Amino acid sequence: MSELPPILSLRHVSKSFGAVRALQDVRLDLWPGEVHGLVGENGAGKSTLVKILAGAHPADAGTVLVDGRELSPSGPSDARAAGIAVIYQEPALFPDLSVAENIFMSRQPLRSLRRIDAGAMRRATAELFGRLGIHLDPGRPARGLSIADQQLVEIAKALAFDARILVMDEPTAALSGVEAERLFSVVASLREAGAAVLFISHRFDEIFALCHRVTVMRDGRWVSTDPAAGLTVDELVRRMVGREVSALYPRTDAAVGEPRLEVRSLTRHGVFRDVSFTVRGGEIVALAGLVGAGRSEVARAVFGIDRPDAGEVLVDGVRLPPGDTGRAIAAGLALVPEDRRQQGLVMELSVERNATLTRRWSLSRLGLLTGGRERAAAREWSERLRVKTARLTDPVSALSGGNQQKVVLAKWLSTGPRVLIVDEPTRGIDVGTKAEVHRLLSELAGQGVAVLMISSELPEVLGMADRVLVMHEGRLVADVPRAEAGEERVMLAATGQGGAA
Amino acid sequence: MAEPTPAPGGGRAGRAPAGRGTAGRTARWRGVAGSWDAALLVALALVVVAGALAVEGVASPRFWRFVTLEVIPIALIALPMTLVIITGEIDLSVASILGLTCTVMGQLWLWGISSLPVLIAVALLLGALLGAVNGVFVTAFGLPSLAVTIGTLALYRGLAYVVLGDRAVADYPPGWTTGAIAAIPGLTIPWMIIVVAVLAVVFGLLLHATPIGRGLYAMGNNAEAARFTGIHVARAKFWLFVATGAMSALAGVFWTLRYASARADNGNGLELAVVAAVLLGGVSIFGGRGRLVGVIAAVVLLGILRNVLQLAYVPANTLTIITGSLLIVSVVGPNVAAMLRDRLRRRRPAAPLPQE
Repeated sequence: MSELPPILSLRHVSKSFGAVRALQDVRLDLWPGEVHGLVGENGAGKSTLVKILAGAHPADAGTVLVDGRELSPSGPSDARAAGIAVIYQEPALFPDLSVAENIFMSRQPLRSLRRIDAGAMRRATAELFGRLGIHLDPGRPARGLSIADQQLVEIAKALAFDARILVMDEPTAALSGVEAERLFSVVASLREAGAAVLFISHRFDEIFALCHRVTVMRDGRWVSTDPAAGLTVDELVRRMVGREVSALYPRTDAAVGEPRLEVRSLTRHGVFRDVSFTVRGGEIVALAGLVGAGRSEVARAVFGIDRPDAGEVLVDGVRLPPGDTGRAIAAGLALVPEDRRQQGLVMELSVERNATLTRRWSLSRLGLLTGGRERAAAREWSERLRVKTARLTDPVSALSGGNQQKVVLAKWLSTGPRVLIVDEPTRGIDVGTKAEVHRLLSELAGQGVAVLMISSELPEVLGMADRVLVMHEGRLVADVPRAEAGEERVMLAATGQGGAA
Repeated sequence: MAEPTPAPGGGRAGRAPAGRGTAGRTARWRGVAGSWDAALLVALALVVVAGALAVEGVASPRFWRFVTLEVIPIALIALPMTLVIITGEIDLSVASILGLTCTVMGQLWLWGISSLPVLIAVALLLGALLGAVNGVFVTAFGLPSLAVTIGTLALYRGLAYVVLGDRAVADYPPGWTTGAIAAIPGLTIPWMIIVVAVLAVVFGLLLHATPIGRGLYAMGNNAEAARFTGIHVARAKFWLFVATGAMSALAGVFWTLRYASARADNGNGLELAVVAAVLLGGVSIFGGRGRLVGVIAAVVLLGILRNVLQLAYVPANTLTIITGSLLIVSVVGPNVAAMLRDRLRRRRPAAPLPQE
């Protein structure tokens, strides 16, 4: 392999966002005909790397070489012209246009008088699909395509642009097993055609099945690049985490108390059905499953954001009125939502306002808020959680992801919740903060809080949880106690194979 | 004109800037925010001084009495409108609600209901009901308030014509009018300004110093995050529309009494003046930003400007053009300012080109 020049080469690439050093001195070589795995924890800098390759961000330092020529894209179209195509986890197609129109968007084949040659477009699409073994009608609208099919359309679009470097950013996160298999066969045919594929995934089985070589990143730095054949999962995890896993998951055993949160036959048509479980005080229960299994939706329904069609939720034995978030909070529920920027925080408002928004009534005197008590409360909690911010009146959008998450936690922990639901609590935050969040959850459980943790990171699930509930396609399919919970068991249940509740 | 502007504590909830970190930037932003209200006050002073010097009559007490009477209905509606726009909604039907309450009061008078308290109560209830209709369409059916209230703008005005047609009811007891526009003893300023001032304090406290106000800013910036914090977004918006309806009706009552005339076209086009004042006052049309103090300053500024220009024999069409231009400026101004700030910020680090 090494006699050929690399088709893509990154040398000493660095990128910072404000004070956050997202990438530092990163290197990477991609050869034609290679599938190259890129692994790292959330926040390791993979997404930033993808954005630089896609031309969405310029690198601060270092060079990107394509076929030995330096590439300094000023926008996505430059990267595309250089032959780089990025397939995102959730493609953005034009829903009302046909598949063929989507593929040839902005470079449609023309007839005389600049009319679009629809026939030629469809034929070219059919030919592309044939080459890739995709079975889709080029004339159908993109609306209604599954995410897997949308990704295939994106791949076909990339090939139509003569892309030779495909970057796939966690393409299988939202796919079922069969869909992923189909994607892999397409990747295999791309490889045979001489394209280079940079494959980012959290799933080690896929990495080992598909990739020739694997690069590990941690905290924005390159750690290692090795042939996949010589690596083990344990070794990869150790390199990704950079420390013993136990330090990252400081789970101490807490006395398990009375049932705090009881969910009975909760159903929302078409989203999840018949979900029942109990979380006791002092317990951390993980809710595992693939993206789209309905975990966050269950959390939303429990918290009253969405009204369930059937079933009930009890906190300390008292039934909550459905679809009433205010009452749920009053009963002692708290939800740290999945999407920090859209759901967890009001990004434009100050740290202080965000941190005290949940307590705005209890902090008021005679119905009035004059600012002093809010300031004091915000100061107290941001000190307790060690939120790093210049001043509390800064907008929360100025904080780093980890500190933003701490503000979300402060906002909810200050209400003194009895049941805490955390949805992907450590997504996109740095390793240090991650350990802090885990320690916090552990402490809370120690104080008798019932914690329900939704997480897509298996190490987190296995490291933190006393019990693991697994959801698959809207149903709860397994309830695994800590002693029996292993990566394999949880993964099998999550993919709908051999789950026994 | 006295300062009806309360400056409730904790007033800097709103105009939080987007994405900047260092102390210097924050300070700079504060300067800009401060300067918007300051600029309004300076403009106000300039208009007053220039008017008094250049236009005959501006310096007289009669002028100020007249300006106050003009400003009262706009101020009454601008108070709840500020809150509505801060939540990211808008109510364009306010002038039509005013018109419809005028005609219903007129029709009730024709039917022989001569008790003023009863007429006022009916008018306020009607206004609240009309606002509730807006609120139901916006919150229960999830329709955009712009579309809904353009619809009810036409609908309510149409109903006003159904009630009275082209007739005018003008035979109210003269005592009602003199009572409504009576001056504060010892001054020439009408006593109604006290009502407006009290309401301004109430709305100001509500917006800037209560848990409800905190929730309004939150939902105006991000309704979803507000819902995840347990804020009842739909409920709050519904009651704001009800309040806007009731306040428009109150403005209608004042209108009827002041002119001793109920006509279907009462207050036609007043929503433009109200929205222009709110936006000029520094409230973001996208919601989540703005302060009531600025809005009140803008209401006063626009009222004085209009009357000074009228005294200077500027034609009515020109006045409309000026109002429209100020509306555009107040919407575009903050965006341009933000763009310029962004430019400056991007230029500072020596490294990359501004992207996109």
